[in-house]
Amino acid sequence: MAEETLLNDEFLRQLMNVGEVDILVGLPTYNNARTIEPVVRAIQAGILKCFPRERVVIVSADGGSQDGTRDLVTGVSIDDVWKASKVYALRTLPVVITQYGHSPEAGLALRTILSAADLLRARACVLISPDSSTIEVDWLQRLVRPIYNEGFDLVSPMYRRQKFAGVLMRDLLYPMTRAVYGVGIREPYASEFAISGRLATDFLNGEGWDDDTTRNGAAILLSVMAITGKYRVCQAFLGVKPPQDRSSADLVEAMRRTVGALFSSLDANFQFWSGVTACQPVKTFGPESEVTLEPITVDLGRMREMFVTGVGELEAVFKTVLDERTLSELQKLASLEIDAFRYPAELWAKTVFEFAASYHKSVISRDHILQALVPLYRGRALSFLLENQDASAEDVEKNVESLCGEFERLKPYLLEVWADRK
Amino acid sequence: MWQIIVSELMQVLHELAAGVEHYLPRAVVMLVIAVAGWLIAYLMKVLVRSVLRWTRFSKLSEHTGAAQLLNQAALPSSSELLSRVVFWVAWVGFVLIGVSILGIVGLEEYTARFFLFLPRLFAALAILFFGLLAAGFFSRAALLAAVNANFRASRLLSVSIRIFISIFTLSMAFEVLGVAERTILIAFGTAFGAVMFGLAIAFGLGGQDLAREFLEERLDKRRGQQKEDELSPL
Repeated sequence: MAEETLLNDEFLRQLMNVGEVDILVGLPTYNNARTIEPVVRAIQAGILKCFPRERVVIVSADGGSQDGTRDLVTGVSIDDVWKASKVYALRTLPVVITQYGHSPEAGLALRTILSAADLLRARACVLISPDSSTIEVDWLQRLVRPIYNEGFDLVSPMYRRQKFAGVLMRDLLYPMTRAVYGVGIREPYASEFAISGRLATDFLNGEGWDDDTTRNGAAILLSVMAITGKYRVCQAFLGVKPPQDRSSADLVEAMRRTVGALFSSLDANFQFWSGVTACQPVKTFGPESEVTLEPITVDLGRMREMFVTGVGELEAVFKTVLDERTLSELQKLASLEIDAFRYPAELWAKTVFEFAASYHKSVISRDHILQALVPLYRGRALSFLLENQDASAEDVEKNVESLCGEFERLKPYLLEVWADRK
Repeated sequence: MWQIIVSELMQVLHELAAGVEHYLPRAVVMLVIAVAGWLIAYLMKVLVRSVLRWTRFSKLSEHTGAAQLLNQAALPSSSELLSRVVFWVAWVGFVLIGVSILGIVGLEEYTARFFLFLPRLFAALAILFFGLLAAGFFSRAALLAAVNANFRASRLLSVSIRIFISIFTLSMAFEVLGVAERTILIAFGTAFGAVMFGLAIAFGLGGQDLAREFLEERLDKRRGQQKEDELSPL
């Protein structure tokens, strides 16, 4: 059914020419002319080096690029890679390109790639971000081997990050996913990951592709499905986290795609997560995590100002979303100067849980609830910065672990507000 | 002479008796209809109130800001107000049906007018409700967007949007009711023009710095620099 509606005739013809494959590498592209060539070369080199005998296809699902991205993808010659690596594949390495629309849509791109993987009966489907400027030749192997050799269904990435990068991931997505679903995936919203053919087909045949949450937050919903569907999940260390793409810089948009999808997943999976009481360890290939300490410039005053303005101006919205005591604590925080500013882990966990419960009950427009969380997240990010200003890599990890512990400890509070929130 | 007076008096009494004989049963029917109508209207009020409670209508009106407006005007809650409106409209309707049975010339026209007015009344109430709903939604959307964009006059923007949509809704509701259409149209035009003119002057002259900052942000001169300073969330 999915193929009927998604795959156009030309795309189907190209896929039929390819025939069945072992590995499908998907590239959801949109105006990536600046970075796409090295990414495709690294993928080709990875295939030659690690999977010379496997039948592999590269599928680019394009959102209507205007900068020649599609030509660049097809233009990268495998001959150059052969010459550079001195390794020759025993099979051809086809590249298939399709345009799924005239504007980028992450969910539709993923659906197109998964449909192709399903049609070609791929054993493993790998998704690589076309913005991955830090990609290494070994990434493909690290993502695919656990599926090939050990039968895992989802291989989630782990990265080496600057200690203040990815605060939304460290302070909300990771601790909440871990506390709620009981599986500690460090990157529940990943731009690079690999899934088995079985999970790809099951996720593709799932419902909800027509709603906005699935279209925008498909990556996080895939992780949630892998956890709740009892698929085998593991993590693989890749290396340096690529710089974020342009859309990730927009905090409100990032919040919609990630936190919105996570909150939304709680509705459908209540039976599962309400019974989870402990966190299961996740097998990790490579280092558990790596933090780098290079300095970055952040305007702390502006972050505090935006938090204070948010708490003051959005009081009426917070009254409908938050508990009176939580709001009162936040108002006290807003009166603190930067030197004394601390957004305690317990208060942050309660804030997030109350937002999740209000999102569940739709006390106001769900999109407005997510937008209202943005200034509070800025406050928590500021606190994270101040707490870890002089911290070592180990200290940062300890603080993240401590935050996760707080989320897990307060899970009964989530269940309470989930049931009671007016 | 006396015979004529007595005869006239008797005739008047006969006519009066005939009139009473003619109207009394109708008056009794009218009273029965009024009492039955009161009971039915009361039941409708209870039913409407229960349905509104069940559908959490009060919460909805709180979120739209309608509850605050009613509170400021010392009126009961929106659910109570709506159920009372239903009661009075229904009961007055029954009373008018009862009065029309009396056959009093002229009253029938008023009764017909009242029933013709009802659809417009309900249409106006619906416009008012959805208008206030839209005012609450869009003013909150503007407030959130402005706060997240670090726009200084976010509350002013939000309140302006709420007032504008509320005035627009009220003028539409009055137009549907057919009450002082011209006056409302002129008042709306004048108020809207004055508000826009005032905002333009306030923004352009009184808030030169704010205007400059806003336009600079719009033209993306400083945005790039600010984004570089932001922590990457993902």
